[in-house]
Amino acid sequence: MRDSVSKPGIRARLRVEWPGFTLDVDEHLPPRGVTALFGHSGSGKTTLLRCIAGLERKATGQVCFNGEVWQDERTWVPTHRRPIGYVFQEASLFPHLTVLGNLRYGQRRTLAKAENQRPGENKLSEVSEDKFSLEHAIELLGIGHLLERRPAALSGGERQRVGMARALAVRPRLLLMDEPLAALDLARKQEILPYLERLHDHLDIPVVYVSHAPDEVARLADHLVVMDEGRVQASGPLNEILSRLDLPIRLGEDAGVVLDGQVAERDERWHLLRVACCSASLWVRDNGAAVGDHARIRILARDISIAREPKTGTSILNTLPARVVSLGEDSHPALTLVKLDVAGSPVLARLTRRSAEELGLTPGMDVWIQIKAVALL
Amino acid sequence: MLSDTDLQAIGLTLRLATTTTLILFVVGTPIAWWLARTRSRWKGPIGAVVALPLVLPPTVLGFYLLVAMGPNGPVGQLTQSLGIGLLPFTFWGLVVASVFYSFPFMVQPVQNAFEAMGERPLEAAATLRASPLDRFFTVAVPLSLPGFATAGILTFAHTVGEFGVVLMIGGNIPGVTRVASVQIYDYVEALEYGNAHRLAAVLLVFSFLVLLALYSWRPDLRKT
Repeated sequence: MRDSVSKPGIRARLRVEWPGFTLDVDEHLPPRGVTALFGHSGSGKTTLLRCIAGLERKATGQVCFNGEVWQDERTWVPTHRRPIGYVFQEASLFPHLTVLGNLRYGQRRTLAKAENQRPGENKLSEVSEDKFSLEHAIELLGIGHLLERRPAALSGGERQRVGMARALAVRPRLLLMDEPLAALDLARKQEILPYLERLHDHLDIPVVYVSHAPDEVARLADHLVVMDEGRVQASGPLNEILSRLDLPIRLGEDAGVVLDGQVAERDERWHLLRVACCSASLWVRDNGAAVGDHARIRILARDISIAREPKTGTSILNTLPARVVSLGEDSHPALTLVKLDVAGSPVLARLTRRSAEELGLTPGMDVWIQIKAVALL
Repeated sequence: MLSDTDLQAIGLTLRLATTTTLILFVVGTPIAWWLARTRSRWKGPIGAVVALPLVLPPTVLGFYLLVAMGPNGPVGQLTQSLGIGLLPFTFWGLVVASVFYSFPFMVQPVQNAFEAMGERPLEAAATLRASPLDRFFTVAVPLSLPGFATAGILTFAHTVGEFGVVLMIGGNIPGVTRVASVQIYDYVEALEYGNAHRLAAVLLVFSFLVLLALYSWRPDLRKT
């Protein structure tokens, strides 16, 4: 008990009861990287996030962050005293302030608190450091040209970027994001995702990211918490959860895995990149990434086919040896999900039961997988 | 054109309306805030009490206030023991009565503005390190400014138009409690229709201008 409280990361043991809904979780979220809270609407993921932020006064239980108690039977740290940044689904900018006014709102108060807490310390350096952090947030989210505008004059995507910069300007030690892309159309999403990935790469604070979109989770998350009806169904490193045969059913068409690798080679002639991951190589479409860049690729179960021999005379570029780990049920009785091991990394393939039977797939069997499509994220 | 007593009555009316409005900004805002955000079972009864002056005949309100502030009423005993004396037939007696009489005109627009704003901007401010009081003054008040403006104008205008309550509480003392509406009543009683016309025209134009301002000035914070 004491250990779990003082362990770095977020400890949330919470219960909220409303008519027709109960949130009941006991989770430890890692102190590093992006943790995605994933589930359908009504699964309680946003409520859990709000509890961590201190926005749900009715929640009972315990919230600790890196050993600090934010909530338990005797303690209640109000939201404005928790070192968090919060990004709301609809940005929720203050309409009576300009973009810069919005950014400064939190930054000024953070600064004032820092000075109150440590009087006499070298304030000047702190001020300049903080100014840097605001400038850094503005630059990171590319909103320098919007500073004098009012929120009403911004597009949905711009508003959300300002919302993120505003949350970063308070120099949070924990960033909470509640479906920041859900209210945006596809084009706006594509506009924001690169910024989110930059945050992922540049921030050294933990992020808790609520989402119901598998593609966002695949692109951004390092850890995954799957929620349903107010409870945690599964939680762990992204790929461990994505490759579990009992869970992907929920993802339906989106079942698949995410692999991290490195761009190893560029083929100018065919506009392809070779990505080295799981001690193998995959050819993907050139998206402009530089050789040596970190690359995250996503392989959907429906894009993998299995053969007993390495095939020639096919249009498929990526063929890899693999070993069958297990076979599981799928969303349709005609289909089966096969979990494979590719040089230590789990991969999922979706086949018809008939094909699996005809190939005689059994755990431990060596096969070749053909990957029809690899998405570089 | 307007006689000195007319000007005196108009001056008194404006002083009464201004004082009442200022007091109601201070007294009405916390009640509007509470009504907009509470989930207490007292919300209904308190809301109904606040709205009472809308339907109550001014004479009824005036009668109860007169009794309460009179020598044997609880308020009267309190003011006497504090050495203020009795409030009826004084300017401050009129102020107290006007505050009650115009209460819903202040509380309801402000309450509506707070309700329309919702919880979200306050939550956003809380995540940006703003304390509850800080949130109120830097987010809730600026976002509800149109509501405050409407409330102020309505309260002021409604107090200017007060008649029944004034007659019950204040009587008709020149320079102390004789406001413009009472002055007009006097003129008519004395069959001085010319004088009544002039003063009535002033109030008519004033009321129209106030309402014109209210209906044409719709500040929209969402605009750039």
